[in-house]
Amino acid sequence: MSVMLLILLLLGAGVVAWVSERVNTTLPNWIALITFVATTLWVLVIWFNGPDTDGLYANLNREWIPRFGIDLHLRVDALSLMLIGLTTFLGIVAVVSSWTETKTRHGFFQFNILWVMAGVIGVFSAFDLFLFFFFWEVMLIPMYFLIAIWGHEDKEYASMKFFLFTQISGLLMLVAIVALVWINYNISGVLTFDYDVLKEANLDIATARLLMLGFFIAFITKLPSVPVHTWLPDAHTQAPTAGSVILAGILLKTGAYGIIRFVVPMFNEASKEFWVWGMSLGVISILYGGYLAYSQTDFKRLVAYSSIAHMGFILVGVYSFSKLGTQGAIITMIAHGFSTAALFMMAGAIQERLHTREMSKMGGLWVRAPRMGAVTMFFVVASVGMPGLGNFIGEFLVLIGAFQKSVVLTVFAAIGIVVAAVYGLSLMQRSFQGVPNPDVPKMHDFAFREMSVMVLLMIALVWVGIYPQSLLQMTAPLLSELLRPTL
Amino acid sequence: MHLLWAIPALPLAGFLILFLTEGRLPRSVVSSIGAGSVGLAALLTGYVAWQFTSSDSSEFVSSSWTWMIVGEFNVSFRLWVDALSLVMVSVITGVGFLIHWYATGYMSEEEGYSRFFCYMNLFVFAMLILVMGDNLLLLFLGWEGVGLCSYLLIGFFHKVPEFGYAARKAFVVTRVGDTFLIIALFLIFKQVGSLQIQEGLTFARESMPDPATINTIICLLLLGGAVGKSAQVPLQTWLPDAMAGPTPVSALIHAATMVTAGVYLIARMQDFFMLSQTAMLCVAAVGLVTLFIASFTALVQSDIKRVLAYSTMSQIGYMFFALGVGAWSAGLFHLMTHAFFKALLFLASGSVILAMHHEQNMFKMGGLWKKLPIPFIAMLVGSAALVALPLTSGFFSKDAILLTAWKNSPYAILFWTVAVIAAFLTSLYTVRMMVLTFFGKPQSEMHELKKESLWHPSRIRTVVPFGLLAVLSIAGGWMGFEFTSDLFGDKGVHAEFHFDPIALLTLGIPFAGVVVGYFLFASDLVDRRKIIKNRLSDLLSKFWHSGWGFDWLYDTLVVKPFRFIAQTRTNRNDIVDLFFKLIKFLASLFHHILSMFQTGHVRWYAFTMVGGLLLVFLAVVWI
Amino acid sequence: MTTALSIPLEHVFFLAIILFLIGAFGVLIRRNIIFMLLSLEIMMNACGLAFVAAGARWAEPDGQIMFMFILALAAAEVAVALGLVVQLARRFETLDIDRAEELNG
Repeated sequence: MSVMLLILLLLGAGVVAWVSERVNTTLPNWIALITFVATTLWVLVIWFNGPDTDGLYANLNREWIPRFGIDLHLRVDALSLMLIGLTTFLGIVAVVSSWTETKTRHGFFQFNILWVMAGVIGVFSAFDLFLFFFFWEVMLIPMYFLIAIWGHEDKEYASMKFFLFTQISGLLMLVAIVALVWINYNISGVLTFDYDVLKEANLDIATARLLMLGFFIAFITKLPSVPVHTWLPDAHTQAPTAGSVILAGILLKTGAYGIIRFVVPMFNEASKEFWVWGMSLGVISILYGGYLAYSQTDFKRLVAYSSIAHMGFILVGVYSFSKLGTQGAIITMIAHGFSTAALFMMAGAIQERLHTREMSKMGGLWVRAPRMGAVTMFFVVASVGMPGLGNFIGEFLVLIGAFQKSVVLTVFAAIGIVVAAVYGLSLMQRSFQGVPNPDVPKMHDFAFREMSVMVLLMIALVWVGIYPQSLLQMTAPLLSELLRPTL
Repeated sequence: MHLLWAIPALPLAGFLILFLTEGRLPRSVVSSIGAGSVGLAALLTGYVAWQFTSSDSSEFVSSSWTWMIVGEFNVSFRLWVDALSLVMVSVITGVGFLIHWYATGYMSEEEGYSRFFCYMNLFVFAMLILVMGDNLLLLFLGWEGVGLCSYLLIGFFHKVPEFGYAARKAFVVTRVGDTFLIIALFLIFKQVGSLQIQEGLTFARESMPDPATINTIICLLLLGGAVGKSAQVPLQTWLPDAMAGPTPVSALIHAATMVTAGVYLIARMQDFFMLSQTAMLCVAAVGLVTLFIASFTALVQSDIKRVLAYSTMSQIGYMFFALGVGAWSAGLFHLMTHAFFKALLFLASGSVILAMHHEQNMFKMGGLWKKLPIPFIAMLVGSAALVALPLTSGFFSKDAILLTAWKNSPYAILFWTVAVIAAFLTSLYTVRMMVLTFFGKPQSEMHELKKESLWHPSRIRTVVPFGLLAVLSIAGGWMGFEFTSDLFGDKGVHAEFHFDPIALLTLGIPFAGVVVGYFLFASDLVDRRKIIKNRLSDLLSKFWHSGWGFDWLYDTLVVKPFRFIAQTRTNRNDIVDLFFKLIKFLASLFHHILSMFQTGHVRWYAFTMVGGLLLVFLAVVWI
Repeated sequence: MTTALSIPLEHVFFLAIILFLIGAFGVLIRRNIIFMLLSLEIMMNACGLAFVAAGARWAEPDGQIMFMFILALAAAEVAVALGLVVQLARRFETLDIDRAEELNG
């Protein structure tokens, strides 16, 4: 029940925030911030209360549309809880990062943010395929508005691209869902969209392959992986800071979550056959994303491409079909959420101050804003994969898991580590180091508002980096369920 | 109760304090935190070492929390120290403290004083973790950590773009090596099922499958990692550029500690290497080639720090060579003595550079010995040890290496000859450096030197580290390498000193080098201008000066193509996107074609409606 | 068939068709929007005529009812169309329909 309340709270707060802009333009910010802080605390309470005997933190199963076997089935296990926690936490980051950025329609802005988050939490907890698809769409539309209304110079193009990619891939998923339900109905005579039932559906392998592809394409579009990644750089670059934070921090994770939760357990045989393709796509994403990241001159675009590279690790990890790889993928999801959110927030902060994202117009910012320099250095180093910080744990586990499966692909993926160093340090060099650019106006350094969020993110990354066991032990019991007979 | 955990914890605490205060502390507090934390760690190391020698156990363990457990995979934050690690820890904290102390003076007029010590403390922490880690992942944490600090400190003066490039180069090139290392880790885990160093070694000793091709691959991968970090051929190109960092950094990171991490790694994984003749040969060959190349390069440099950098490279080459021929203890011994005398040399050169207002070109120095007596004496002592004059520490260690090479290696004559030639070259470039810097006529470009009395408090922090390091450089070898030979039990080989021709030759070569060097660079007997004008020597000198063209090679083969493709426009715009752009293009093409039918003429619409109606009628009538 | 005056249905339909064609050609050929509207009215009246005649022929009230609908329709149409005419005249300062081709694709 608690998760439904959580979603309703976010939806309600969204409406209130929208209305409240008539009173005062900063009121929506406060409402959103308080909502996210409250939900984060709420999630923490659930977290510390621990799971029940089935390993669940919350469970709600009501009939919704009984004629079609559709239930209101929301369930929170360890994996969902972690991602929900990440979502609410990054909600705080998103709100704070665009505290002063929005100039128009403050209420509607926060409304969209709150509704995206509600949709995402729904996605992370829905255990009914219809409900899952419903939330999947709920999170997309407000995101579209965020880009299309508050985006930068090329927002129409970017938002339309984002919308088309996700809608078309979502359509594929819908077809796959309906087909799966129909086939299951023909086999067993039960019309249901329930995850647990459909997971056991007795499909022949050819059908399973096709259906698996439907889901797979939808999820790798969201992830995104080469070759369906091209919406991401545009969307990220054009989105307002909060939009980028949410997009990179959370929305990408829904794709990864989908693969882990749906593709692998539901179409186990078919996925196992598919491992070479999955891993290869991951490796290509790592190398191609890293390489393109290096080519960019736009701060945000560089970070966006680096996200593609990092998401490649998730594919590699999941398709290694090992405990190590899957755990690595989960940790990567969390750690990447923190580090990229911070980098996008930094990009937004720089853009707000300098009115440009072009790195050739920066240079020597460290002198002007040493705090921002140090913070950027920290997160660049994290995303480069420094041991002791979260991203390394994820990538290391992914690689060591993948190594047991395929040496060659792992070696190529490991080359991605060098590429990461190349683009990460060049980002640092081009923006913060070097001779201060005389054209750059005076800029104020991070103050309490931004710094407090950054410090929280840093603590989170260090925590994941040196005590990942706290997360690993939570998801460990789930692995056998997620990987099924593979183990 | 031993306080093992506190040794790395102290520099870490120093780092955290300096990091969190963001440079708001006064300099005196910063220096006492920065240098003090390392000093305390050094004292503590002494205490732990005393405990260690007086106890019966051959290892000290300090466990803390579990890092991660996934199925079989299990690593913890666990410190594990044996005699080998303890030697490393002593060098790191001891020499590290002296360098920190010196740096409080050296850096006193620079911006970012607190940031400097912040990074330095982080470095010491990471280096300690590297040598104290109980598993390879913890070692890797330290390994990457020191790499990061090296990057941060090389680029410490971040306003100078060249320094930034040097820093990036160092990080990326060592990262290439690190990738080998991490793949080695994967392979070890696959073979052994654990990343614990001791379990791995036991596995190697007892149950490594035979023939051990896998083992050779593991060793070669480890060697790849070591080569990157220790600046050996073919990943050596970053070290000379790394001299962009402040001189204490060069002394600590790029001479005494971090660059020897590769040596430590190989020594630590000894049991793996012992199984593979091929791998051992590769280690020796890498060391020898580096030794050879670096010695020639050092001979023609004009920047005093670059001479020392290439010298470091070649001395580490000696260590690799020693490990490769099985002289484990001699290699480690040389690591230790080298840390003493090279730190001394760097610090002394730092004082010279500071006195010359950051002039590093030796051709613009000259005749400094009167004006800078203390750095001169320090440098003299360091040089003597570097050249391996008898009774200095370098002598004991280098002699041990050369003799073992003669007695023990498969290609004794070749190996020994190359090593001895390099020893000769070492004498040559050292003499050249000393002559150019301290003797001869003062060059006209010289600035007015700062005058400070010898016992001024600010001088003490120069003089005391110099003194201590000088004593260590001389006496550090007196305990003999039996000290380090304990580290490897009976596994290491070492040669006793006998009076035979080889031993005498080994002994005599440095002297010969010094004498020849004197005639070449200091006396008037040789017309140096003639040599310089000679076309062949000019060509050779250019070739050597560029470090045997490695930079050029990597630039053409890797960097330029990478950049070229990266900077073409189509690439930045993402080739894959072209496909989607094509879809977009087709869609809008059809749109345009279809929209041509919609003219906006109402009467045209009416015509078509009537026409359509007629058509329908006709169709109905006909059918 | 009881009515005294009996015009054959065919004649009325023939008249209606002629009227309709006159209207249709008017719509197609005239460029002045007023005349187009007039032509439309003629077409509608042609239909109305056909309905009335048919209703009379079968002695059913439906035909007349339909004519009433057509009347109402015509009235509504004229109201809307004249509004458009006024707008057109204001915007383009002409009544030439071909000048208002802004809705091309």
